[in-house]
Amino acid sequence: MKRPEPVHVVKQRREGLLRTLVDAVPYIAFLGIRFDRRGDELTAVLPYKEELIGNPVLPALHGGATAGFLEIAAMIELSWSTLWDGVEAQGALPEGPLRLPKTIDFTVDYLRPGLPRDAYARARVNRSGRRYASVHVEARQDNRARLFAQATGHFLMPPAESPK
Amino acid sequence: MQDRDILTIARQFIEALPHSRALGMRLEEMGEGWALLAMPYDRKLVGDPQTGVIHGGAVSALMDTASGAAVLCHPQAGFSTATLDLRIDYMRPATPGQTIRARAECHHVTRSVAFVRAVATDDDADRPVAMATGAFTIERGAQ
Repeated sequence: MKRPEPVHVVKQRREGLLRTLVDAVPYIAFLGIRFDRRGDELTAVLPYKEELIGNPVLPALHGGATAGFLEIAAMIELSWSTLWDGVEAQGALPEGPLRLPKTIDFTVDYLRPGLPRDAYARARVNRSGRRYASVHVEARQDNRARLFAQATGHFLMPPAESPK
Repeated sequence: MQDRDILTIARQFIEALPHSRALGMRLEEMGEGWALLAMPYDRKLVGDPQTGVIHGGAVSALMDTASGAAVLCHPQAGFSTATLDLRIDYMRPATPGQTIRARAECHHVTRSVAFVRAVATDDDADRPVAMATGAFTIERGAQ
């Protein structure tokens, strides 16, 4: 029987994949989004900052900040879940730069005002084909049962790596 | 002169929204139930580092702000609105280095809801970068 890999090797590989997907995108840094990882489960976190406000009177998060957060959460989950099996099997990241999927359309449903607090989002890939994928994403703040926004998007997958 | 004053006030209002300001948005033109906003190219908004193309999320924020501004410019609207839903179709990547403009228009307004359409373009105004349709709240007591 094959010996299990040391946990630090596994963590390093998985964190490496996540970092490769996330760190290269300036817009993710602009919004300040980070990702919590537990095994293959990702939670996108949008730490509150004043720059995200769209209605200073309430105050409430800008609908555009919420849309951007949901789109990033959906896109990263889609890439992550597509690459996961290969990276786990190979024990290494694919060669060359990783291309993110392209958004075809994105529909955001605003359920209640975004509070001036941290927000969390989890995405679910409902269908992932060779060319197209459909992803649903839900966002919450203080209360796990009360979504403040949800979205569905369609994505065009990056061309598959040509076999070496 | 009066129109220019209203435009100045509206411009200050839009540019005082922290997220719109962070994205560098400017209100360029407005009229009854429509608004035109511009967002200059900025490297910090890039979504694809290999091509330098602006992330769709920033385009969404521009469309959302333009749509909200169009609602506030409508004679039936109050001083506030909120997005109920917004759908964006991304038709092509915006050309890196170019300002993106979004023109939004209320195409139907009821006592409680404004239905808005928006088109985003770069320098090649004949080929839209993205289109959006949305529903926005009309605050009660506005009339």
